Amino acid sequence: MSVALPDAEALVAELVRQLAPRVTAETGMVGIVTGGVWLAERLHRELGLALPLGALDISFYRDDYASSGLHASVKPSQIPFEVDGRHILLVDDVLYTGRTVRGALNEIFDYGRPASVSLVVLADRGGRELPICAQHVGATLTVPARAKVVLSRSDGGVLTLQLERDA
Amino acid sequence: MRNPQLNAKGELRHLLTIEGLPREILVHILDTAKSFLGVTEREVKKVPLLRGKSVFNLFFEPSTRTRTTFEIAAKRLSADVVNLAIATSSQTKGETLLDTVDNLSAMHADMFVVRHAASGAPFLIASHVKPHVHVVNAGDGRHAHPTQGLLDAYTIRHYKKDFGRLAVAIVGDILHSRVARSLIHALTTLGAPDVRVIGPQTLLPTGVERLGVSVHHDMAAGLRDVDVVVMLRLQNERMRGPLLPSAGEFFKAYGLTPEKLALAKPDAIVMHPGPMNRGVEIDSTVADGAQAVILPQVTFGIAVRMAVMSILAGASS
Repeated sequence: MSVALPDAEALVAELVRQLAPRVTAETGMVGIVTGGVWLAERLHRELGLALPLGALDISFYRDDYASSGLHASVKPSQIPFEVDGRHILLVDDVLYTGRTVRGALNEIFDYGRPASVSLVVLADRGGRELPICAQHVGATLTVPARAKVVLSRSDGGVLTLQLERDA
Repeated sequence: MRNPQLNAKGELRHLLTIEGLPREILVHILDTAKSFLGVTEREVKKVPLLRGKSVFNLFFEPSTRTRTTFEIAAKRLSADVVNLAIATSSQTKGETLLDTVDNLSAMHADMFVVRHAASGAPFLIASHVKPHVHVVNAGDGRHAHPTQGLLDAYTIRHYKKDFGRLAVAIVGDILHSRVARSLIHALTTLGAPDVRVIGPQTLLPTGVERLGVSVHHDMAAGLRDVDVVVMLRLQNERMRGPLLPSAGEFFKAYGLTPEKLALAKPDAIVMHPGPMNRGVEIDSTVADGAQAVILPQVTFGIAVRMAVMSILAGASS
């Protein structure tokens, strides 16, 4: 079965359209490593956000650490702005079980108490295992449960969604 | 035979010595430590990785810095920490090492951080505990102090970026130093091409060249153009019989003064594992000078110990 995935660049443009009326000079943006940071870099630039972009590697907050251990190459997390009282856009590439977002929310709260957190994703593929939903979605996908939707970035910075079988 | 520190998948389950560990594991520890360093700069300086786990600090030898930094590291990983200074407890009443460990295991210990005057004691414990229990060597006799070697390597990488062209001098009492041995193994594994040991004949172990280092008895030759100077503490408590004329003589020949440091590269860093004996192995001007990175070593040590404990606890049993 072949599944046609939408054009990631068109979804970026769609998210910029959705977000543009909602952001201010005070909006903070945080991407989740790795695909979420790629997307966040694009959104951050195209929306012209004033505050520097944050990045989270949620490896230290994963709920499967006890069974999977610590994966190689944990990147340093950093949120280079004051979190307390701020409206934050949390950005990831693909929303699936919701477990990554749960980890990211916990990590954000270790930096401070935000006024709000809204979730921005390029694609929502369903299959949630936690009560989490995204406020800004590029596209909703239907893909086989065993397949993996991954975002890739070319040397020129072009984003593409791809399907990997038997993840 | 498989390295007893690794599980069947090649993951690190115990950290007993750096000797024989693959370079990728050392790099993984250093990279993970870098990520933990960011955690210590946040509002909440904790991550939940070791939540619900119990770490037992088993110190059969006195220590302040190492025990404290292990304790802070475990707490920042959300573990429960129990500190045992064994010199003052059951072992003085005749209990054997393994009986002590069995009793603490019955209290649901998940990790032992062990310091012992006998070389090999942490290996004995690691070979005795259940598969889900992890052991970290926090210094055994003259043998190894792997987390110190790793934090020294981390410090060097932090300031010098790459091991590929470095000249590192380790100065002083190499004979009694588990710190020196662990650092030498770390540096040769990570690819430092020029590691030198400098000290009097009586304080250098015979055959130390076989570890891949060059041997110098003279500071003027040994320090020339090095990037890193690691000063060691003179370990009077481990010396049996007279190995040195006096502390003053030692300082004259091997103490690090501004004049001797000037032989190294102008941007050389000065390290010391602590505790320092000012005026014995290091001059106060140097210890407090701009090239000293002795206090950053302590801070990096917490992040390195967090990395080690979280990598061990995540390895499958």
